[in-house]
Amino acid sequence: MRIELEGVGHAFGGEPVLAGVDFDDDVSTLAIIGPSGGGKSTLLRIVGGLMAPTEGTVRVGGAEIPREEAALARYRATLGFVFQDGGLFHHLTARENIALPLRAVHGLSEGAARERADGLLARFGLEGEGDKYPAQLSGGQRQRVAIARAVAPRPRMLLLDEPTSALDPEYTTEVLDLLRDLKDEGTRFIAVTHEMGFARHACDKVAFLSGGRMAECGPSAEVFAHPRTPELRRFLGKLLEWSV
Amino acid sequence: MRNPFVAGPDGRVTPAQAVASYLIVCAAVIGFFWLSLAMAGIALDFGFVARFRQRIADGLLLTLGISAASLVASLAIGVPVAVGQGSRVLPVRYLCDLYVKLIRGTPLLAQIYLFFYIVGTAWGVENRLVAGVIILSVFSGAYIAEIVRGSLSSLDAGQLEAARAVGFTRAQVLRYVVVPQLVSRTLPALTGQFASIVKDSSLLSVIAVIELTQTMQEISASTFNLFGTYFVLAGLYLVLTLPIMFVSRWFERRLSYAH
Repeated sequence: MRIELEGVGHAFGGEPVLAGVDFDDDVSTLAIIGPSGGGKSTLLRIVGGLMAPTEGTVRVGGAEIPREEAALARYRATLGFVFQDGGLFHHLTARENIALPLRAVHGLSEGAARERADGLLARFGLEGEGDKYPAQLSGGQRQRVAIARAVAPRPRMLLLDEPTSALDPEYTTEVLDLLRDLKDEGTRFIAVTHEMGFARHACDKVAFLSGGRMAECGPSAEVFAHPRTPELRRFLGKLLEWSV
Repeated sequence: MRNPFVAGPDGRVTPAQAVASYLIVCAAVIGFFWLSLAMAGIALDFGFVARFRQRIADGLLLTLGISAASLVASLAIGVPVAVGQGSRVLPVRYLCDLYVKLIRGTPLLAQIYLFFYIVGTAWGVENRLVAGVIILSVFSGAYIAEIVRGSLSSLDAGQLEAARAVGFTRAQVLRYVVVPQLVSRTLPALTGQFASIVKDSSLLSVIAVIELTQTMQEISASTFNLFGTYFVLAGLYLVLTLPIMFVSRWFERRLSYAH
């Protein structure tokens, strides 16, 4: 899906977090990497229509992101979001978390929504967990439910905001495995991530954001093998320091 | 066998343990009062209950009616005030803030006198019952505003963002996420507030609303049975408030999905 960013900038209370970001590419799987505070999550929220940029234009799939609230809600419904902490609704069971948006937003019947939710839960290894509330699930299970909710309406693209940052290492692997499987089935996604192995091997392309600017961007294999900018070299060098 | 008077290490209490300990505690409390009565040389006489049962029943019903009407009205006051305290329009915000501070910072008794004899007289609220419900609602509304404001501020921004992210419209965010989460957080406290309203309504006796307390005071005055009437009075309030507190606890357990 084509994503076009033109001079995108964003400021929180006068503090710029993004400035002059340009991007124009056909995205199937894209990792956004970079140091904390580099504007990665902000950029993802702008692309997802959760935040309006203070500057620039964003076109997704050939159409500019709408500004009017009702149209924005319809736009967001075509995407699937997964947040760092999952963003599951605390007051709903795992099954309802998946089924409610299917009914309320996508117009599925009660039975069809339930069937789709149970099907996804089973597929993601969560059989029998449908009646549990998020607080009763492990971090990895919560994240898999969140991914199930995101893919349930068959969105055009998934937007993942550090989906494994809040997880213990063993859960990180189960979530990353799941995302790789989805990718192999042709699911498109943009993922903000600190997992460099995932960015390098499971994402076709990678964008490196540093200090609110897009410092580098290209095919993952190339960018990781031959980082051009000193910022990226320094960033990757730091990560390698403690790797096994 | 484990100690019948100590909860298990996991906090578990068996029904038999609960009943046994509760009975002992009740017996101790009753024993204390019984002993006090004996030491003070007071003999209780409940003979008046049969004689005045119609009036007592009327008073009880009126107390319930006033409390129920005040609960509804105080919700209608408290919820907008809670929202108003977060308003970007500053006079609205400070008005709501001042209202909550004035009401919570002054005794209900003073509010009843001041409202009934000054505001009520000036604006023609002569019906004592109506005045009583208004005063009690204004009083309780401030406490409800605090309860609602507390749960409004505990709404997690991540939940609202997730709600927008799944494609909910503004109305759907309210309906499917904000309202259910607010209700489950406020319902236990609101039910507890209802128990407070029931008790606080007893102060309306000072403006001669013939609710339960006023009824009992009149009976006490005509029978000179002060202690008997106040014992029955306290017992009847407990009959009203204990079930409400029980429901409040039930809501609390029922709705604690987050733990």
